Amino acid sequence: MTIERREFLLSAAIPLLTFAPFAKAAESLKFAELYKSRTVMGMAFADRTLQLAGKPVDLAGYMAPPLKPEANFFVLTRTPVSVCPFCDSDADWPADIVVVYVKKAGSFLQDGSAVSVSGVLQTGSKTDTDTGFVSQLRIIDAVVKRL
Amino acid sequence: MKKIHSFARFAATSLALGLTLAGHSSVFAQAIFPIDRAAILAGSKFDFKVEFDRVVDAAKTRISINGIDAAKVLGAEPQFIFNEDGKKVSSFVLPGVMLDKPGSYDVVAVSGNARMQVTWEVYATGPRKAKNVILFIGDGMTVANRTAARILSKGIKEGKYLGRLSFDDMSNMALVGTSGVDSIITDSANSMSAYTTGHKTSVNALGVYVSRAKDNLAHPKVETITELIKRKTNMAVGIVSDAEVEDATPAGMVAHTRRRADKDIIAEQLFFSRADVIMGGGSAYFLPQTTPGSKRKDTNNLIDLFKLDDYAFASTDKEMKQAAANPKTRKLLGLFHPENMDGALDRHFLKKGTVPQFPEQPDLADMTRTAIEVLSRNPNGFVLMVEAGLIDKFNHPLDWERSVYDTIMLSNAVQVAKDFAAKNNDTFIMVTPDHTHGASIVGTIDDNKPGTEMRNKVGVYADAGYPNYPKANKDGYPEKVDVSKRLAFFYGNTPDYYETFQPKMNDPFVPAIKLTKDGPYVANPAYKDVPGAVLRTGILPQSADTGTHTADDGVLSAMGPGSERIHGFMDNTEIFRAMADSLGLAANANSTKMVKASKVVKPVTAAK
Ligand SMILES: [Zn+2]
Repeated sequence: MTIERREFLLSAAIPLLTFAPFAKAAESLKFAELYKSRTVMGMAFADRTLQLAGKPVDLAGYMAPPLKPEANFFVLTRTPVSVCPFCDSDADWPADIVVVYVKKAGSFLQDGSAVSVSGVLQTGSKTDTDTGFVSQLRIIDAVVKRL
Repeated sequence: MKKIHSFARFAATSLALGLTLAGHSSVFAQAIFPIDRAAILAGSKFDFKVEFDRVVDAAKTRISINGIDAAKVLGAEPQFIFNEDGKKVSSFVLPGVMLDKPGSYDVVAVSGNARMQVTWEVYATGPRKAKNVILFIGDGMTVANRTAARILSKGIKEGKYLGRLSFDDMSNMALVGTSGVDSIITDSANSMSAYTTGHKTSVNALGVYVSRAKDNLAHPKVETITELIKRKTNMAVGIVSDAEVEDATPAGMVAHTRRRADKDIIAEQLFFSRADVIMGGGSAYFLPQTTPGSKRKDTNNLIDLFKLDDYAFASTDKEMKQAAANPKTRKLLGLFHPENMDGALDRHFLKKGTVPQFPEQPDLADMTRTAIEVLSRNPNGFVLMVEAGLIDKFNHPLDWERSVYDTIMLSNAVQVAKDFAAKNNDTFIMVTPDHTHGASIVGTIDDNKPGTEMRNKVGVYADAGYPNYPKANKDGYPEKVDVSKRLAFFYGNTPDYYETFQPKMNDPFVPAIKLTKDGPYVANPAYKDVPGAVLRTGILPQSADTGTHTADDGVLSAMGPGSERIHGFMDNTEIFRAMADSLGLAANANSTKMVKASKVVKPVTAAK
């Protein structure tokens, strides 16, 4: 179940009890294990990250403030990001962010909450057509639950 | 938690204020760039722009310089923009013009009953005095940073220091005013821009006047020292920083953009600048977007472009030294970190920050030595800018120990330059902050004082006594920073934060965080339970995530040929003038012939 807008509005008062709909158990990923190396010349995906491309995964992190209210994706970060860097520049995001395309738009918590994301892992460079935001690692068709 | 610098807020505030003040007749202000009282180096290039607050008829518009048609004086026809950015306002632009003759220039633009006037001073220089110029920027270096660095590095006994920082004994000194066009508080972009172009600009802007243009890259440009050197001389240029090489201060050497955040574009501007040595962090903006970790929005690999252009490339301390050891190396690109490099305290002692991931980052003193070694192979001399960028990066989060260790590192880097200069005494060296922070040393903190309340362990006046840092090692650093009696160094302009009265031995301090997107910055609860921590309510607006820059003057130290201009109070634009003068960049300007006033002022003709 996706977090609905209505639920989001209520979420301050009522804790959400939502469950990922995958019948098949998703593989659990950790931010610290996404890449095997980081050098001046760039980062290299961990073997497991590459193996799980195209497969259902779970990943816990922090939901950064959305890039724009109507965007259908948000940025998942390892640690809470305080400011919407996009307001200034998307250049200042941490290097290991994961872009999450949600199943249903409008399911943003907008408060930098710790969340668990379930969806299909996608690797490789992609530019979002609406915002020009470039990502290397994505979770698509995602459902989000507050931790 | 990752700290994100957001300057967008400041810009939004000043814009709102500008509109309020200008709002009496029209929402659009009118302006001439360069602005009133601009001091312009003779023969330096600038974009001349006139912005009317309404739509005007080009045939009925007169733009004159000392009474003569501007087109005639500047040798080019103005481009007429009828509706700038689709708005009901007209502008005239003359790109890349220059004035060769020193003197005072009255610039008047008239159209109907709209009238504007500014006055420029065009100045010449004396003959060349210096072979080389080395400009050290201690970013955000405040007097307290300098004093604390001297205490920790050299020691102090019975009121007398046991030694001096390398720039303490330079022959000349000045107070530098750092304010910009839009605000008394500057950022590193517009303050560096003043040093490198001699023109004032505004927060977030580099190498441009901030006009009303929508496009960041369409604002009126002024020529940087790098462009002047490359256009007028055969000298070499070096740009060294321990921040990202696209960060505001190194960017100021080459960039033209209204927004310092355009780092991918600034990386390209670094390439096109033909600067001979470029070293620092920030490789992420050089990598094609297809490479994980890239922060570019295209598939250009700038490192490959530099290599194709005969630059040696280094990504570690060892590679840097190897490249410099090759006597044929005349051009060098060194990128040692995808983002900002780590500071001296982390690299040499604590091994925190990203040091475990990037253990082979060079020290700023070694980067300075390498840059000088490569640049001095050019027999025509060089201009080198070296930034200790992390002094500011650590003053912001109130992490004074880290900022002071980096101030000691700056002293080591300056010593390298002084040793080089001592050989021929033909190098003009300046060491200066670009702006200051609200920091002061107020006494000491003694853990052995009775009680648990940390503030009662702060000693002031006679109770302060002296701290017990161990004697510094051969590189000037005390090897222990968490001593039992340490400096009480506090910042005045802060957000809410937990004061722990002790150094942050793990990762750098993050004083405040935001819990909701539109909420205020609050004291970071991660430090709440540090023994003795107290909540210190800030005095900054709750939109401030860290300590902020101050308008207090910076202290500049200088030596060598050209340093005689450095004294008293100086505007930051005069630092550019001092460099230009020492290098004789406008020594041939004819000072006898002035542009004569004439009664005939022709209408401006619009470019087709
Ligand atoms: Zn700063």
